[in-house]
Amino acid sequence: MIVDDSGLRATVLEDGLREAGYDDIHLVPPDHGFVARLERMAPDVVLMDLGSPSRDTLEEMLAVSRALARPIAMFVDRSDEAMIGAAIDAGISAYVVDGLRKERVKPVLDLAIRRFNAFARMQAELDVAKSERDQAKVALQERRTIDRAKAILMRGRDLPEAEAYALLRSTAMNQGKRIVEVAEALITASEMLRSPL
Amino acid sequence: MTPLSLAFLPLTDAAPLIVAGARGFAAEAGIELDLVRTTSWATLRDRLVYGQVQGAHMLAPLAIAVTLGLSQAPAALSAPFRLNVNGNALAMAPDFAAALEPDPAQRVADPLAAAHDFATAIGLHHRKPVVGIVHRFSSQALLLRYWLAAAGTDPDRDLTLRVLPPSLMVEALRVGEIDGFIAGEPWSSVAVAEGLAEIVVPGARIWRRGVEKVLAFRTDWMEANPATVDALLIAVSRAAAWCDDPANRDELVALLERPEHVGRPAAELRPALAGRLTLRHGEPPVPVPDFLLFHREAAGFPWRSQALWIYSQFVRWGFVAASPAAERAAAAVFRSDVYRRALAGTGLPMPGASMKVEGAIGAPLGVGAHEGALTLGADGFFDGGVFDPSDVAGYLAGR
Repeated sequence: MIVDDSGLRATVLEDGLREAGYDDIHLVPPDHGFVARLERMAPDVVLMDLGSPSRDTLEEMLAVSRALARPIAMFVDRSDEAMIGAAIDAGISAYVVDGLRKERVKPVLDLAIRRFNAFARMQAELDVAKSERDQAKVALQERRTIDRAKAILMRGRDLPEAEAYALLRSTAMNQGKRIVEVAEALITASEMLRSPL
Repeated sequence: MTPLSLAFLPLTDAAPLIVAGARGFAAEAGIELDLVRTTSWATLRDRLVYGQVQGAHMLAPLAIAVTLGLSQAPAALSAPFRLNVNGNALAMAPDFAAALEPDPAQRVADPLAAAHDFATAIGLHHRKPVVGIVHRFSSQALLLRYWLAAAGTDPDRDLTLRVLPPSLMVEALRVGEIDGFIAGEPWSSVAVAEGLAEIVVPGARIWRRGVEKVLAFRTDWMEANPATVDALLIAVSRAAAWCDDPANRDELVALLERPEHVGRPAAELRPALAGRLTLRHGEPPVPVPDFLLFHREAAGFPWRSQALWIYSQFVRWGFVAASPAAERAAAAVFRSDVYRRALAGTGLPMPGASMKVEGAIGAPLGVGAHEGALTLGADGFFDGGVFDPSDVAGYLAGR
């Protein structure tokens, strides 16, 4: 059973488990009532996002549940520190019904860790792509501003384009400002001069 | 600079750790503090037990439960510092509270009568009331159980205690999943501000000087790094003093407000810090003395008698079987010796003893102390109970 509210990540994990031959997989969002559903399903292994605020609710249920009469151990085996470390790094917690054999649980958790890590990488790449897009958008906006300022100078002072740009650049350097800031100031000033009183 | 990671939950009483970082107290002590915001006690516990952080803002009973092996992987934890005293409140939905004494200020003034009213209200409610607690091993849950039991209510039979993270309590109340909850601030104030609940009893009215959060370490790490531990305790103690000073309140509220800290608006954070709580939506706030203490009265000092009181409650509620070994292990979690070592010579008054009879101080009392005078405020339990740490069995037999 997978308890997760990130639909995409849970799907990534579920697909991985299915490919590995596990077919009795249930996705449950950690909303109210998830504990009751969990109790009915009596799963062998519960995988949950380490960042989910509902972990305390789950642990309490595992502590008092009558349906799951045997105690539940966190992670696979207390002695397996390396795997626990990897699970925490990946942001995953696992609850395993005591009695389920370790060699059966280990591959499930291994797979979950790999999938969670892959998902985190994918997310990071998406974030980078998004910030690159944002930067590109800003750059485009700035170029337009500078072009408008250049046009004002070319009209107002009858300058060729290259000299209009050189004037913006030298003014910016003299004032310790960015070219786009000088361009914005020029556009504002020019609009004020043209606007009717 | 020594890098150090501490895990915390976004609650008002994480303030001393937040301030130690943000106001430079840690840096002055040579510590580069990294605070790890965590959304559940389970994850905070795992990060501490498995060494992802060196210390944590922890429920005092949870530190003892982990040490006794009652909460997942057992690990010896040590708490040489209390981050605060008191700071939580029981809030109930208006439809349940309607069966109690109508004046909320009167309820708070007389917690014994309120407990009896509550017992009656259970029978009048349309279902077995569901009360949210943040963790079975939380100070709040132990105080709630203590308060209910004094009026003959069996918390395991007469109501349902539902574990929910503090941040989801208000939502659970809104959808009717719970009828009330006891949690650390700001959550009771949030529920009142939204008109979803009324404060029925603040924790400070159940036990005037109740043990709440501690700064917990893994014992092996703490023993291996005494210099770092001492430096951190000095930094956090200075931060706690800063938090207690009303002159810093606006700045403190602004710090807690930040999304990387508690991340709730000032209006919800201020009542607990000012000790002025709105008990019912739309009514003026009332003063609740000693609602939350960070520093005065040696608030940081981990009285081993309080670790034993927690142990006594674990036995009382069947969380652990009474045994001399468990009793010793529980008492040893509160490391008053490390507190003394770290803070000796800082000018802080240092209690002469490490245990006291809990609940025996009726009016502010000067007590034996090294380095300056120490006055302890009234520390009574609302029912007049007295806990003698040298006779846990006798105390439990009298319950």
